[in-house]
Amino acid sequence: MNGQLNWFKGGLLLGAAFLLAVALVKPIGVSTQFVIVDGIVWNLFSDTVIKKDTASKSGYASPNAYLNKSGGKYAQNVAKPLNYSFVFVIAMVIGAFISAQLGGPKPTAQDRIAPEPWQNRFGQKPVLRYVTVFLAGVLVLFGARLAGGCTSGHMMSGMMQTSLSGYLFALGTFAVAVPIAILIYKRN
Amino acid sequence: MTIFLAIILGIFFGFALQRMGATNPANIINMLRLTDLHLMKAIFFAIGLSSTLLFVLMNIGIIDPGHLSVKSSYSGVIIGGAIMGVGFAVAGYCPGTGLTAIADGRKDALFFVGGGLLGALIYTLVYGSIQNTWLFKKIAGGEVMLATGSDTFQALFPAIPGTLLAAGIGIAFMVIAWILPKEVLF
Repeated sequence: MNGQLNWFKGGLLLGAAFLLAVALVKPIGVSTQFVIVDGIVWNLFSDTVIKKDTASKSGYASPNAYLNKSGGKYAQNVAKPLNYSFVFVIAMVIGAFISAQLGGPKPTAQDRIAPEPWQNRFGQKPVLRYVTVFLAGVLVLFGARLAGGCTSGHMMSGMMQTSLSGYLFALGTFAVAVPIAILIYKRN
Repeated sequence: MTIFLAIILGIFFGFALQRMGATNPANIINMLRLTDLHLMKAIFFAIGLSSTLLFVLMNIGIIDPGHLSVKSSYSGVIIGGAIMGVGFAVAGYCPGTGLTAIADGRKDALFFVGGGLLGALIYTLVYGSIQNTWLFKKIAGGEVMLATGSDTFQALFPAIPGTLLAAGIGIAFMVIAWILPKEVLF
């Protein structure tokens, strides 16, 4: 597509992003912030989900086992969303917007509803695409949270650090994603 | 200061994802059905390059090894990866590229992120009842890396100098990026 970098330049840019992040602060990760957004919304409607707790390591606690995990780390981030990881993910969307505006690849109106391989296989019915992608989103974030990270945190940041978990995650993901993609979209 | 860095580094990362075509689900689907491997080449190259430089720069004292954050290895990492793989192949989005694709004006990305928020919520609610199961059984001690270089995390191969091992793997990744074909026609 027009405006898209070749693999070498794209890889340089992506590699630089991951290296700079770990050099200056910490490795990049994204999927945790979906939990934080859920927690923020939940916290708006509940007085009990996040509580200050001097006994907890982070100073916050939750009756929910996941938000309370690791000394209430997620509970703290829900209570104070203006932290590094949350702002990073917001800034990421802004960065993509800037690239799109400054000559980056531009999708057509059709592409904005469904990508080309989908159109070729299933035609141009927006509702089918939207419903399917919604369900796919459920699987992706459920799976990423069970794994403890996603493509960014586990695969890129993980394998960069030679983490065993990064290789295991990549193995699990591609062993399933490749046959499923071939099955659904075929190869021609 | 860290908020300032979050903004700069986040913008840089989002810019890179959009510019390399990772926010386009057609590129992800074509990579996974093995018809267009340009993203695969970029990812291998990015991991190999950043890993090699990370370990070299830690070795000469420019990068603080205290910044490393190695995630735990347990059965759920592989199973979670496989569950994610299903949605990844169908949608052509992962969490990061789904979010940044919204900036492309992609409407399906909005539905993906909505589903993602629900998936993360379901996990948040079920975690309490699965946290003590075999899913979280540690593999090889949990938070381990292959190469030495960190005081916090154990290395699986302590006998090999860490920089050498990491650079060896990193260079192998870059060679794979180089020799993988852009298009596979069979």
